[in-house]
Amino acid sequence: MSEDARKNVREKVDEIYRLESRRVLATLIRLLGDFDLAEEALHEAFTTALEQWAHEGLPKNPRTWLVSVGRFKAIDNIRRRARFDSSLAQIANELGPTTENPFAEDDEDIEDERLRLIFTCCHPALSPDAQIALTLRTVCGFTTEEIAHAFLTPPPTIAQRIVRAKSKIRDAHIPYEVPSHTELPDRLDSVLHVIYLVFNEGYSASFGDSLTRHDLSAEAIRLGRLLVELLPEPEAVGLLALMLLQESRRAARTSPTGELILLNEQDRTLWDRAQITEGLRLIQQALASRRFGPYTIQAAIAAVHARAARADETDWNQIVAFYDILIQAEPSPVIELNRAVAVAMRDGPEAGLTIIEEIFARGDLLEYHFAHSAHADLSRRLGKIEEARASYEKALQLSQQRSEREFLERRLREL
Amino acid sequence: MKFLCLVHEEPDNGLGPQTEQEAQELVNEHLDYDETLRQSGHWLYAQALQPVETATTVRVRNGKTSITDGPFAETKEVLGGFVMIEAMDMEEAIQIAAGIPSARMGFIHVRRVCEFKSS
Repeated sequence: MSEDARKNVREKVDEIYRLESRRVLATLIRLLGDFDLAEEALHEAFTTALEQWAHEGLPKNPRTWLVSVGRFKAIDNIRRRARFDSSLAQIANELGPTTENPFAEDDEDIEDERLRLIFTCCHPALSPDAQIALTLRTVCGFTTEEIAHAFLTPPPTIAQRIVRAKSKIRDAHIPYEVPSHTELPDRLDSVLHVIYLVFNEGYSASFGDSLTRHDLSAEAIRLGRLLVELLPEPEAVGLLALMLLQESRRAARTSPTGELILLNEQDRTLWDRAQITEGLRLIQQALASRRFGPYTIQAAIAAVHARAARADETDWNQIVAFYDILIQAEPSPVIELNRAVAVAMRDGPEAGLTIIEEIFARGDLLEYHFAHSAHADLSRRLGKIEEARASYEKALQLSQQRSEREFLERRLREL
Repeated sequence: MKFLCLVHEEPDNGLGPQTEQEAQELVNEHLDYDETLRQSGHWLYAQALQPVETATTVRVRNGKTSITDGPFAETKEVLGGFVMIEAMDMEEAIQIAAGIPSARMGFIHVRRVCEFKSS
C-alpha cells in the first residue's frame, strides 16, 4: 500500500474518532458494564481499524463496526485474563459469545447512548468536582491533562477524582440509564448545573490571570447543544440560550489590556450577532413551553440586554419583572443583589442601595465581593464618597482575580 | 431482646489485613462467626458494606430530594458492616460483640434496638 493511501486512512480514522468516538464509548459502556473496560475496548477498536481499514477499506457503517470490534476485543481480553482469575470467567460468559461474527450487528440506528452517559457522569451521588471531571473526560473526550490545565489543578488530583468516580459508579451500582419520568427534573438539574459550571469556569475564571478560558465555554455550549438535541427539555433549551447570550459579549467584556468592561460600558457592535440571534430564538422556544425554570428566566434577562442597541435603551422595567419571577423560582441573596442593581437602574441609585443594605443587615453576602462593589458603585453615584471608598476597599480585599482587581483599583483612583 | 453491633474499621491503625490473602482470611473468619452465632440462636442478620467512598446522602426538604456524595469519614474510623443479634441483655451482647473478628482491628458499637409499638 502506498504512503499516500496509508495517510488517507489515518486521516479518515482521525476524523471518525473525532465525530464518533464518544457515541461508540457510550454504547461500549452499556455493553460491557464498565467504564475502564469500555475505554480500553474503544482504544483497541480504533487501533484495529487503522490496520484493517488500510487493507480492506472502510466498512459500510464505521460506528457499528467499531462497537462490534470493541466488544469482541474486550470479551477476548477478559477471557484471556480469566485463565488466571476464575471470577472473570463468569463475567466473560455473561457478556456473550465471542464466536459470533463481529460484523453481524449492522443496525443503522443504534440508539444514541450519550444521554445515558451524561446522566450517569452527572449523577448527584458523585461530588460536583467529580461530575465535571468525568463528564469532560468521557462525554467530551478531554485528556486528564487538559482538564487539569483548564481547572488549574494538578493532573494527579484530576486523575484521582476520575478513578474514584468510576469506582463509585461501579461499587455503589449507580445505574447507566436516563432517569425515569418522575426523577428526570431533579436529575436534569444536576446535568444542567455541571454544564453551567463548565461554562462559567471558561467565562470568568475564579482566580488567576485569565479572565476567559474560551475552550471550556465553547465545550459547555457544545455539550448544551448535544443535550438539547438528545433531550429538548425547556430548561436545557433555556440554558443553551443563556450561554449563547453571555458568550456573545465575550469580545466586548475586556479591554485590550485585559481590564473588565461592565455591560453598560461595552461596545455593543462587538457583540456576536449570530449567537444573539440563535439565543433569542431558543429563548422564545423555552418560554413558549410554559414549563421553564431559572436558566430560562436568566436567559430572558440576558435577552433584554441583547435587544438593546445602546445601554440607555435597556428596558429595566422588564428586567426587574424577570428578577421578581426568578426570586420566586429560586430564592437567593445573589439574585436579590442583581435585582437591586436593576432596581437602581430603573428607580435611581437610592432605591438599589436600600435593598443591598437590607441584604447586608440580614448577614447575607458580607463576604461576596460583587455585593460590595455594587454597593460602592451606587454610593459613588449618590456622591457618598467615603462609603464608596470603604466598599471598594472591602471588595478589593475579597476579590482574587486580576482583571477584577484592576477594575476596582481604577474605580478607587477615580473617586 | 435485639442488639445491633455496628462494626467499625480504623484503616490507618495498621491492625487490619495487609494482603489480599489476609483480607480473604478475615472474610472467612466473619462467615464462620456468623455460623457459630446462627447455631447458638443469637444471629438475626449481618452484612458488610461497600467502602465508605460509595456512600450517598439523601435528604428531602420541602418535598425536594437532595442527593449528595459522602459523607466521607472525617475521623479515622468508618462503618464497615453490622451484625443484628438476639441477646439476653447488654452483658451478653458485649460478649458476642467481642467475638466479632473485626473487634481485634477496629471496634464494635453495641446499641440496643428500640422496639416501637404502633398505637
